[in-house]
Amino acid sequence: MPTLTINDKEITVPAGVNVLQACELAGFEIPRFCYHERLSVAGNCRMCLVEMERAPKPIAACHMPAGDGMKIWTDSDLVRKARRGVMEFLLINHPLDCPICDQGGECDLQDQAMAYGFDRSRYEENKRAVPEKEMGPLIKTIMTRCIHCTRCIRFAAEVAGVEELGAIGRGEHMEVTTLEQAIDSEMSGNLVDLCPVGALTSRPYAFSARPWELRKTPSIDVMDAVGSNIRVDTRGREVMRVLPRLHEDVNEEWIHDKTRHACDGLRRQRLDRPFIRDEGGRLRQASWDEAFDAVAKRLKSKRKPEKIAAIAGDLCDAESMLALRDLMHALGTPNLECRQDGAKLDPTRRAGYIFNTTIAGIEEADACLLVGTNPRWEAPLINTRLRKRFLEGGFKVGMIGEPVELTYQVDYLGAGTDTLKQIAEGKNAFADVLKTAERPMIVVGTGALARPDGAAVLALARQMALDFGMVSEEWSGFNVLHTAAARVGGLDLGFVPGEGGKDLEGILDATSSGDIDTVFLLGADEIDMDRLGKAFVIYQGHHGDAGAHRADVVLPGAAYTEKNATYVNTEGRVQLARLAAQPPGDAREDWAILRALSDYVLKSPLPYDTLGEVRQKLIETSRTFAAVDHVAPAEWGDFAQEGPIESRPFALPVANFYMTDPISRNSETMARCTATFILPKQEATGTDG
Amino acid sequence: MILQDKDRIFTNLYGQFDWRLEGARKRGVWAGTKDMLELGRETVLQTVKEAEVRGRGGAGFPAGLKWSFMPKQSDGRPHYLVVNADESEPGTCKDREIMRYDPHRLLEGCLIGCFAMGANTCYIYIRGEFYQEAQHLQHAIDEAYEAGLIGKNACKSGWDCDIYLHRGAGAYICGEETALLESLEGKKGMPRLKPPFPAQLGVYGCPTTVNNVETIAVVPEIMRRGVSWWTGIGRPKNHGTKLFCISGHVNKPCNVEESLGIPMKELLERHAGGVRGGWDNLLAVIPGGSSVPCIPKPTCDDILMDFDALRDAQTGLGTAAVIVMDKSTDIVAAIARLSLFYMHESCGQCTPCREGTGWMWRVLTRMVQGRAQIEEIDKLWDVTKEVEGHTICALGDAAAWPVQGLIRHFRPEIESRIVNYQKTHGSRTVPVAAE
Repeated sequence: MPTLTINDKEITVPAGVNVLQACELAGFEIPRFCYHERLSVAGNCRMCLVEMERAPKPIAACHMPAGDGMKIWTDSDLVRKARRGVMEFLLINHPLDCPICDQGGECDLQDQAMAYGFDRSRYEENKRAVPEKEMGPLIKTIMTRCIHCTRCIRFAAEVAGVEELGAIGRGEHMEVTTLEQAIDSEMSGNLVDLCPVGALTSRPYAFSARPWELRKTPSIDVMDAVGSNIRVDTRGREVMRVLPRLHEDVNEEWIHDKTRHACDGLRRQRLDRPFIRDEGGRLRQASWDEAFDAVAKRLKSKRKPEKIAAIAGDLCDAESMLALRDLMHALGTPNLECRQDGAKLDPTRRAGYIFNTTIAGIEEADACLLVGTNPRWEAPLINTRLRKRFLEGGFKVGMIGEPVELTYQVDYLGAGTDTLKQIAEGKNAFADVLKTAERPMIVVGTGALARPDGAAVLALARQMALDFGMVSEEWSGFNVLHTAAARVGGLDLGFVPGEGGKDLEGILDATSSGDIDTVFLLGADEIDMDRLGKAFVIYQGHHGDAGAHRADVVLPGAAYTEKNATYVNTEGRVQLARLAAQPPGDAREDWAILRALSDYVLKSPLPYDTLGEVRQKLIETSRTFAAVDHVAPAEWGDFAQEGPIESRPFALPVANFYMTDPISRNSETMARCTATFILPKQEATGTDG
Repeated sequence: MILQDKDRIFTNLYGQFDWRLEGARKRGVWAGTKDMLELGRETVLQTVKEAEVRGRGGAGFPAGLKWSFMPKQSDGRPHYLVVNADESEPGTCKDREIMRYDPHRLLEGCLIGCFAMGANTCYIYIRGEFYQEAQHLQHAIDEAYEAGLIGKNACKSGWDCDIYLHRGAGAYICGEETALLESLEGKKGMPRLKPPFPAQLGVYGCPTTVNNVETIAVVPEIMRRGVSWWTGIGRPKNHGTKLFCISGHVNKPCNVEESLGIPMKELLERHAGGVRGGWDNLLAVIPGGSSVPCIPKPTCDDILMDFDALRDAQTGLGTAAVIVMDKSTDIVAAIARLSLFYMHESCGQCTPCREGTGWMWRVLTRMVQGRAQIEEIDKLWDVTKEVEGHTICALGDAAAWPVQGLIRHFRPEIESRIVNYQKTHGSRTVPVAAE
């Protein structure tokens, strides 16, 4: 704990911090461009120069470790002069195009030039111009604006794990560049946030808004089950962009490209009024009244409740699933299913379906076995955490499933259940790695569970967790990695088959055969619609995707940016998304639609009229909903039924990272990403490659 | 004061004798090396410390002190000696002569240096353009291995010492010690941030000392002849002999080994045949390679050639590459050319050097013609001060100093050019940038 004096103020700082951090702790701001807390120190912008006692020259605060007895001045004449000099150098070759620069208003260079620079330029030579670089459909480059801080290079190499950025040339001809191809990383959008100037800007967002025009709403992402904390920037009722929000335990300060750029899908193919399928088989617009009547006619007719089923999709909030669950229970049907991917998860024991280690907990693990999952596509931020842990050293990762390229070194063990069994029986070298590790973890993906023998695989994984010491008082190494934001919430509140109820396979078999003739799809678009047979389908959701196309009645709901809603991430962390824009047209918040529908369908409607009352009911249903943004350790116990395991490889649940849900499938940006990153690879390996 | 032939170390400086092992042995190289090593690590280190050998690469940092920064006991990591043979400073050609005509002197020094620092491995990073030098050096290394002078149980001393030659690719910045280490590791030659210094974290993250060729090559001779012999040459704190590279407007440009502290006038007149057109025809001298400020003739008249005397004259001994300019020299153009060199060689890593070197060159280029304003001289001075001391490595300083020397001593020359140009072209002579 060194004690140092900064501007005559004495302060004791934690060991290992640098002078810049110490100055911040003491309350003195140090300007900087290249320094970033989460990247290695480059020390090249020279903006953070401060004066140190006995040092002949000003020192770079970002690089000097804080030492005991140091005397630092951050605002002496020497420092001011040095900063002004550096500022002048940064600006001499920086174009004065702030009026047409997308970074304007949120530009570090602009801000710091105001605070630390000259008021006029002394540079009378011609300015440098730099050719643009190709960085793909997400990043627009204006490299003349680059100040060579190398944050982007360091981010790509250190956090994203793709060494596709670098600097060529020397001196003033140094240029940051790719190898003439797009940056193939699902984390590339963060480069735009990191760039302190307008050299790297968001291509889809180019020239569309100014930061001061935007309303900023803190919210939660639903593009995967990580629940990244985001900020939704809206103008009017249009979502202009999505930015990351700091949450050390979830996404740190990164988000992946789908989170960031799928938001243009919120403008296309929206369901903005109810629809009813007429006799000619065409969907026609209807009023809410007509639509509710149509649904009520179907549900209230003297139909056996076992002939009704409800399936919840990937993006559903907990409130709407609760309302639909209550509605279906009131009707008497046990056929509820929130696992639309068919994963054989056991809802009885919470420890059996959440990511018990927690995302931040990954940093304490020392061995990891990935089973049937590609974290890079299913949860890029968990992948980033795994890489972060890997870079610390002493972390072995084994993988069973399709061989995919991750951003760290992985021991590829095998493709399927046989390998898993071998490890469980200790016949594989990786079993020793798990045995000798102090805090080993296993990550079971939905690829290993969404199969007929999924329950048995889960049971085997559970047994392995016990055998390899992954479960103890202090450590919990058993993890299920979900792909859908709705999943844990649905399991928590019991949107699962009741007594005698059918699961997904059962429901789909029954609809094919006609045993079930009415299906309520709450945003469920990823099931096989052909297997719904002749059933009457009610679809509630926000996009005209597969479900709406099959539906007989369409109830327009709200997307995640358009409602105050609760989501539970794969760790079991309850988080609240907030309304950033109103839903389009006649569309309404989902729980409210179901509450209104209950007036038509039930004798006594659902017992809640406000969001507060719904959330009260949620808490009554499961105590986990009471603690927002908190992960309580789940109690270990029995779950999953042992059984025969087929000898078959694990398939991966995500075939195209950029298109996994109705929003991203309708996003033009995601389509461009697919064309740039996914299709070329598929063609190369297919029969036409 | 003048160095006598018996005191010369580099007796084959001009290549008139055999440079191979046999010839080197005749000149006394590898004589009694084993005995030196048997004195023990501490004694060797102490000898170099007592001799106050100042680094011959430019900065003049005491070599013994540098060696003593190395950990006394290895913590498990190997130690390395790296010899900086990336001699690229304009005007300098001393290490080159050592390597092509007396390579064994260097190798013997490497062995002793390694031993004194507990290193078993030595890398010699040689400038890429030095083709013949690299060939000779490699040949010498092979000979030394064969003769058992280096390698396992070098000179039968019980000490293992491997020497590897690594050829650079010709970047000036790779002569900066940490950029050299980066380059040696196969990375882009960009200087590292200090601390940590190489003695704690050098090549491959291990304790490393980087020394100039000449520094290493004089050590065996100091060991052989004794500290008092060495300290008897030169002035206090500026001991020993030094290779001077005299170029420019002298009658006989040459490399010569002389004692430190020799008066510049004597050095030029005795060894280089004097300034072209006589001493009075002298305009200025850059006394230590392109990166030190020039000094005008009045200063040159009685200046001594050593580290401290030149520092007192606001310049430096640098690599002791004496660049002589007579009155026919366009001094502004000469410094502008050096400025271009530094702009070209700036690695581009840190802001002041990347942006400042180009700015200085552009302003100077205009000043060569006089196409500037009088106020711009002060602005240029300001720019050099903004570069100096604010960069990661010393290249920023090296780029700023020659310009400072020019303004300090030749301001009237620049002013008169500007005035003359304005007379013929009108007063508004600086185009405003296209903005």
